[in-house]
Amino acid sequence: MLQVTNAYKLFNAGTPDEKVALQSINLHLERGDFVTIIGSNGAGKSTLMNLISGTMKPDRGQVQIDGQAVEHLSEFQRSRWIGRVFQDPMAGTAPRMTIEENLAMALKRGQRRGLSFGVSKRKREMFREHLSRLGIGLEDRLNAKVGLLSGGERQALSLLMATFTEPQILLLDEHTAALDPARAELVTRLTEEIVSELKLTTLMVTHNMEQAIRLGNRLIMMDKGQIILDIDPEQKKSLTVERLLGEFERISGRKLADDRVVLG
Amino acid sequence: MAYVLTGALELGLLYALMALGVYITFRILDFPDLTVDGSFTTGGGIAAIMIISGYSPWLATVAAFAGGAVAGMLTGLLHTKGKINGLLSGILMMIALHSINLRIMGAPNLSVARLETVFTFVKVIPHMLILVIVIKLLLDAFFKTDLGLALRATGDNPRMIESLGANTDMTKIIGVSMSNGLVALSGALIAQEQGFANISMGIGMIVIGLASVIIGEAIFGAKTVFRATLAVILGSIVYRLVVALALRVPWLNAQDLKLITAVIVIIALVLPTFQRSWKQASVARRRTEELSGGDT
Repeated sequence: MLQVTNAYKLFNAGTPDEKVALQSINLHLERGDFVTIIGSNGAGKSTLMNLISGTMKPDRGQVQIDGQAVEHLSEFQRSRWIGRVFQDPMAGTAPRMTIEENLAMALKRGQRRGLSFGVSKRKREMFREHLSRLGIGLEDRLNAKVGLLSGGERQALSLLMATFTEPQILLLDEHTAALDPARAELVTRLTEEIVSELKLTTLMVTHNMEQAIRLGNRLIMMDKGQIILDIDPEQKKSLTVERLLGEFERISGRKLADDRVVLG
Repeated sequence: MAYVLTGALELGLLYALMALGVYITFRILDFPDLTVDGSFTTGGGIAAIMIISGYSPWLATVAAFAGGAVAGMLTGLLHTKGKINGLLSGILMMIALHSINLRIMGAPNLSVARLETVFTFVKVIPHMLILVIVIKLLLDAFFKTDLGLALRATGDNPRMIESLGANTDMTKIIGVSMSNGLVALSGALIAQEQGFANISMGIGMIVIGLASVIIGEAIFGAKTVFRATLAVILGSIVYRLVVALALRVPWLNAQDLKLITAVIVIIALVLPTFQRSWKQASVARRRTEELSGGDT
């Protein structure tokens, strides 16, 4: 479903600040794979996400979605295959527009946008049904401005907007990191439910070790722009936080340095 | 007094289309577009020269809209494809239009006073009222379509709408074109109403447009697009009233008009900011007292 082949990305090439953000990245996701990504600060996790979504283009290497080369396409052109939730709850929704208008825009993901009305009676019913499954009462607030929602509510809405059109690939970029523990737990639970129900091919960056182990069927660890560990479904079942930290130390020769890491 | 009122209503309605154009860029797209000063004259100039050349005033008015839209499109292209700062793209286009407008008009002043204009056939106030309302409702409807929603999101959260597959370069270009089309249409109608087009008729237009938008929103609110467009139209009329009344003050005269406009905009921009911080401070004080249980 998703294939990244020998990808490289350099930041500030040719300047004193030059930094290898990604090197020789090879990653293959089967349909329905749910891969969690952990790694220290600056390991290249977000850069990898950006390369897949099209926000950045690789300096070398290929990105294929469903067998089609996409590395030359920009973000808006790839959007028809990719749903994405950002870390910042403000990033995934338009605050001065209503809940139903936000959903209407997400419904048109990757399609031509013409002059038919964004919200119809039929669509409104559908939005209400999807929202009610989040279980946080948003279905009664279709005409509320999204800017009035709390961070957790906005993130739940972003998650719904990223998934309800069933994109080929779902990218979750530390999407629970900015939330308080209770809301983070809610969004994590919703993520689990939605991904397993729709069988979405998912890539999730997280700083929460426990979350990385609990969610998904595969786990990869990144360091200094490389994938240093790829744990397959069989191994992942018996994985613990201690073993994961031990593996990191063994491979990289130092302790996992991440000021935001949560052991769970 | 009745004369002042009808005068303000008439001018307010004629300039309301320009203010709606400014609303599209300034509020919807969050793009302060200074092309307006040039494209207003482009509209007046195209209408005047076509009427003088014997074309139907209706056709001339439609052509003026198209001319403004093209100017807006060029500003949009400079900003999105040329990656030039938004303000600067508008300023560049405004300066370029000054020469282009002179080319279009052939002279800095064109009179259509004795020729057939659209206002030979229709009365200003009732028909402008209808036109402005129709355009307002069309805009309201447009901003509810899929494309319209994408335009609004471009000004609200461009990163999000881009990740949903809208080309924000395209939405910006469409928005700036629509905006300047309306501005030029307003210029064409003004030229016909006052009987002449002048190369400097557009100077200061952007500030007048902003004044209308800000006054309207301050008085009538802007919760929804429907409310906001209505507020902009009413704001344009209120602005004309304020100007008319200001000019009756003995020690002010017509040359002070631009200063008055600037002062109105400054007050309207500064006041809400102060109000907000006062309000916030008082809410914070009250909440602190509540939280500390009043044991101070």
